[in-house]
Amino acid sequence: MHALYSFVAGPLLWAAFIVFFGGVVYRLVSMALLAHKKDLVVYSYMSLRYALRSIMHWLVPFGSLNSRKRPVLTIVTFIFHCCIFLVPIFLFAHVVLWKESWNVSWWYLSEATGDLLTLVVIGACLFFLVRRLVLPDVKYLSSPSDFVVLALVAAPFITGFWTYHQWVGFRAMGIVHMLSGEILLAAIPFTKLSHMIFFPFMRGYMGSEFGAIRHARDW
Amino acid sequence: MVEPAAQKKPKIHDKGIEQGAAKLTPERIETVIRQFLKNETGARLKAYLETCVHCGLCSEACHFYLSNDNDPSFAPAAKVKQTLGEIVKRKGRVSPAFIEKACEIAHTECNLCRRCAMYCPFGIDVAYLMLAMRRICHLLGTTPQYLQDTAHSHSATLNQMWVKEDEWIDSLQWQEEEAQEEIPALRIPLEKEGADIFYSVIGPEPKFRAQLIYQAAVIMNTAGVDWTMPATPGWDNSDMCMYSGDNEMMARLKRAHFEAAMRLKVKRIVMGECGHAFRSVYDMGNRALGWRMPPIPVVHAIEFYYELLKSGRIRIAKKYPTPVTIHDPCNVVRGRGLHEMLRYVADALCETVVEMHPNREHNYCCSAGGGVINTGPPFKNKRVAGNRVKAEQLFRVKTKGVKTVIAPCHNCHGGLEDIIHVNQLGLELKFLGDLIYETMEKPE
Repeated sequence: MHALYSFVAGPLLWAAFIVFFGGVVYRLVSMALLAHKKDLVVYSYMSLRYALRSIMHWLVPFGSLNSRKRPVLTIVTFIFHCCIFLVPIFLFAHVVLWKESWNVSWWYLSEATGDLLTLVVIGACLFFLVRRLVLPDVKYLSSPSDFVVLALVAAPFITGFWTYHQWVGFRAMGIVHMLSGEILLAAIPFTKLSHMIFFPFMRGYMGSEFGAIRHARDW
Repeated sequence: MVEPAAQKKPKIHDKGIEQGAAKLTPERIETVIRQFLKNETGARLKAYLETCVHCGLCSEACHFYLSNDNDPSFAPAAKVKQTLGEIVKRKGRVSPAFIEKACEIAHTECNLCRRCAMYCPFGIDVAYLMLAMRRICHLLGTTPQYLQDTAHSHSATLNQMWVKEDEWIDSLQWQEEEAQEEIPALRIPLEKEGADIFYSVIGPEPKFRAQLIYQAAVIMNTAGVDWTMPATPGWDNSDMCMYSGDNEMMARLKRAHFEAAMRLKVKRIVMGECGHAFRSVYDMGNRALGWRMPPIPVVHAIEFYYELLKSGRIRIAKKYPTPVTIHDPCNVVRGRGLHEMLRYVADALCETVVEMHPNREHNYCCSAGGGVINTGPPFKNKRVAGNRVKAEQLFRVKTKGVKTVIAPCHNCHGGLEDIIHVNQLGLELKFLGDLIYETMEKPE
């Protein structure tokens, strides 16, 4: 168990970070090169001003008409996306690990807050799952991979919550937690989760087309 | 996953699609698709397909989805899933039957109106993806028959309606003579080099809406505009090849159009009230030719009328008395942001304008655009049924006393005419040109 722990907390973690950062750079660079070769219009029409205008309207809750039409989904989605960044970076237990390993530290969430935000993420994942199973259009669109991606995101939070509360088998669960986090990190650049990387460019391009060329709003 | 809704759809027969598909083999399909994906697509297709998280936020953007009782197979993302999504996943290994179905979806269940791009948080351009699917249909020879016939006309005559060169000139002279009965000094100047404005129309105007040319001539003459029309091919600004996936012909048509204007050394092109033609000149055709923006400034009729009214070159004698509503055409509203100018013009011409909702950039398409009406009679019922939401919008303004619908686009006219007729709404359709001609001060 200890050897496994060391492996997951050591080399595998390094591997996950390398795959994640390397993957992000690779995806961005290869997509940019492909666009330069095949979709020159993207470069020709991209406008920083209109890209930012569109991105802001879509990042800020209720900034777009569609988000105003679906207030519950808008709030859940916004909080969910905030939390999946906040929790891993600012969780007390994680900050302690950084401190121990590298002697660096930063602001952290109180333990109760971290616990609560974790529950929020798990709740949001459940909400997305129910949506996928219940709403006919979303159900029709869903492929098995969509459920796998959702599980990939939920897993580190569920296992982390379990480990923190030291429920039965929490030591093993801690290893599963690290492993699932590493799998998630490594999966981001190469699955639908890559929308994290491509969102600003896609929204920005559509915003540029609409703003600079078509003189119309796109939100 | 489950596809209950898709199975309910009645089979529609189209010779173009079916006979084309009958000649296909799986090997041929795979080769063509692979070549297409390799040579003609790149980052956009990849990014759009790989990042769509199947959230369903685009569903309610689509009038087909809303009008078919939220049938999931009509959601924009679902149309991608059933066509290009599957094709890319299977690396082109799909059957002729699959291609038939995909052609029908891309050609008759999407107007390329781009409303869903305003509802997708990522800004995925489903219209682009449906056009890519249509391009595959074109390369495989499975374009719907009526649309392909129009594309053939474009190829053979450089206009949409098989109008011969002498018929074109003849139609203009005929309308000139007719209009001279009303305004004796009126001219339709042909081939006038160095004119300020090159006025271009779509093929159906000389073919069966010749009064629009008459009215345009009256407006131009009254406003004292220095204008001309060409006596050569290039007069037709329409472009159904843009919608049939025939990108090479699309570019040829636009080149003929731009070159006719450049040969006459005009300052700018003013085009009649047509939406798709504007898209072809301002958005797609110019890009195919390598022009970031059109090589000559292009102005849609809405903007031109706005200029004439705002500057006082056209004065209104008596406003149109009965209440009207405005239908926003996608290609000049989402495609060029002309909605406020359209309202300025409508207010200048009419006593009462009643708005439909949603409107402006969020309008519902007429369901005729994107070449869908050009797929002809086989798909007419599906097209009209696919826009029940527009019929409901029209009905709501009718209850507020509206008698007339302004639609400054030929395709919209065709689509709305069918919607109004089938739903027995009893509304009258008008172009802005009709209303200006009716209400303006004319020279004695």
